[in-house]
Amino acid sequence: MARSSIMPGFRPTIGFTVAYVCLVVLIPLSTLVFRSFQLSWDDYVHIITNQRVLSSFRVSFSTSLIAALVASFFGFIVAWVLVRYSFFGKRFFHALIDFPFALPTAVAGIVLATIFQPSGFLGKLLIDVFGVQVAFKPLGIVMALIFISIPFVVRTVEPVLLEFESSMEEAASSLGATRWQVFGKIIFPNVFPALLTGFALAFARGVGEYGSVIFIAGNLPYVSEIVPLLIVTKLEQFDIEGATAIALTMLVISFLLLLLINMLQYWVRKRSGQL
Amino acid sequence: MSILLSNISKKFGTFTALDNINLEIPEGELVALLGPSGCGKTTLLRIIAGLESTDQGRVLISGQDRTDHDVSQRGIGFVFQHYALFRHMTVFENVAFGLRVKPRRERPNNDFITKKVHALLELVQLDWLHDRYPDQLSGGQRQRIALARALAVEPSVLLLDEPFGALDASVRKDLRQWLRNLHHDLNVTSIFVTHDQEEAMEVASQVVVLNHGRIEQQGSPGDIYDHPANAFVSRFIGHTNIFDLEEHDADWLQTAGLPTANWQGKIAHVRPHDIVIEKSTSHSDAFVTLKDWQHLGSLIRIELVKSGSHGSAASVYAEMPNDQFRRLHLKKGDKVDLRIRHAHWFH
Repeated sequence: MARSSIMPGFRPTIGFTVAYVCLVVLIPLSTLVFRSFQLSWDDYVHIITNQRVLSSFRVSFSTSLIAALVASFFGFIVAWVLVRYSFFGKRFFHALIDFPFALPTAVAGIVLATIFQPSGFLGKLLIDVFGVQVAFKPLGIVMALIFISIPFVVRTVEPVLLEFESSMEEAASSLGATRWQVFGKIIFPNVFPALLTGFALAFARGVGEYGSVIFIAGNLPYVSEIVPLLIVTKLEQFDIEGATAIALTMLVISFLLLLLINMLQYWVRKRSGQL
Repeated sequence: MSILLSNISKKFGTFTALDNINLEIPEGELVALLGPSGCGKTTLLRIIAGLESTDQGRVLISGQDRTDHDVSQRGIGFVFQHYALFRHMTVFENVAFGLRVKPRRERPNNDFITKKVHALLELVQLDWLHDRYPDQLSGGQRQRIALARALAVEPSVLLLDEPFGALDASVRKDLRQWLRNLHHDLNVTSIFVTHDQEEAMEVASQVVVLNHGRIEQQGSPGDIYDHPANAFVSRFIGHTNIFDLEEHDADWLQTAGLPTANWQGKIAHVRPHDIVIEKSTSHSDAFVTLKDWQHLGSLIRIELVKSGSHGSAASVYAEMPNDQFRRLHLKKGDKVDLRIRHAHWFH
């Protein structure tokens, strides 16, 4: 294999890759798996089927899913605006998009909690006008996750939109397609795989997010408690077995969901001739 | 359908791309817009298509003012230089696109679309590729698919932007001939843009020569070659030797076959095949030496220089058939006499 390869440096790079994957990914994760083997199956089921644990799973995955969907929608629009139009302050907006990447998530959490709490600037407004309370509810979690995950969508969709050949649009128009048909039949199908990647990244980030969520969520058991918080709580109570069991379950579910998204992506690309 | 352009002007910032263009294209012609890069030919094509707006002027297609119509409403077919095929669709779906996006009332049913697309693919001889994606095709195949796609909506005018520009030489030659034949069969008014004068002369029935946003000349290929309207057209179409009578001394011009008595302007353009060469007999007054020659297939191009000069300014090129050249028994360095049969004179 190494001999038949044209590119030099196969051995050192594959060696490095294997070492990296082992040290950083496989060893920590397998420790998690081994650790959970110390539990009996019955103990494991008992921990997992606890009502509070189940609620937290429901909260975590549903909020992440909704947030990723919303972030995909708005992220696409933001990317579209940034690529397609030129306007005053565009470079400033560009820099602003990456802000959630750089900001410590706890800072974001505190800021969001401050403005969305019932006495806060936006929180008060939303309660007075729409009767909707954001903070200390699952809605607050969704809010925080959207904030955190939008840049993932924008930055994955943007390069694809940039590379998009405008002559394809012109060709569609010259064949009689309306603006909407051009968007729906030409632009969107070409951007969709990238959007799906952005969605997957946003979702994965949302499931694992901790810092920005805990301040705004209120962390009420059964209502707005997320899985990562529950794990930390268990650890703080020295319930290491409980924490590992939950963590392992989370790992498996996340893995399966990402696998599903990847398969969907493969299918989309295959169907549109990009593979 | 006929096309009429009146007073078309277009500026990009301070750059004038088109300057008051008036052009009439009769129905059924295959017209080449020819010119050097930056002359405005592509802009003009895009204005006819409605892909670019005009600053001033009207576009009439078969007598109707279409200036304010969107590209989707003009009933034109446009073929792009880099094909612009929809890469997420199969060849079949690419060709069917124009039929599928029609308003519901005008949209043909699936059977009709299938039949029509296969007929078009057979027309471009690529029906066997119908389930491939554009990325799996060669350049020449993509261009033919792009053409089939444009023809699917039965456009009244077919516009092609440097259709062979991105193809290699042998494919380009085949496609030129093929396009000419296709046009002959379909007889749809077609305009194509090119910077390659050979291509324009070979394919088009009418050639429009553009330079700096203006039309220099319009006519049949033969017309333009034999009767160039000005020095630019004469230089741009085919090869030509340029004699500036103010720069060269009369002795040299006399030797080169342009005696003072025959002058009809300041600049003389002479086609290489209008120069006759004879081996010089007298050594005293022969000024011209044969420097080198190149084989151009059936013709030989001969480079002649003024004896004793080193500058290229005094190089003259002549062309003649192979066997005629062989009969002259010329060697490099031989002195020769020239006779100019015909020249175009400009001021």
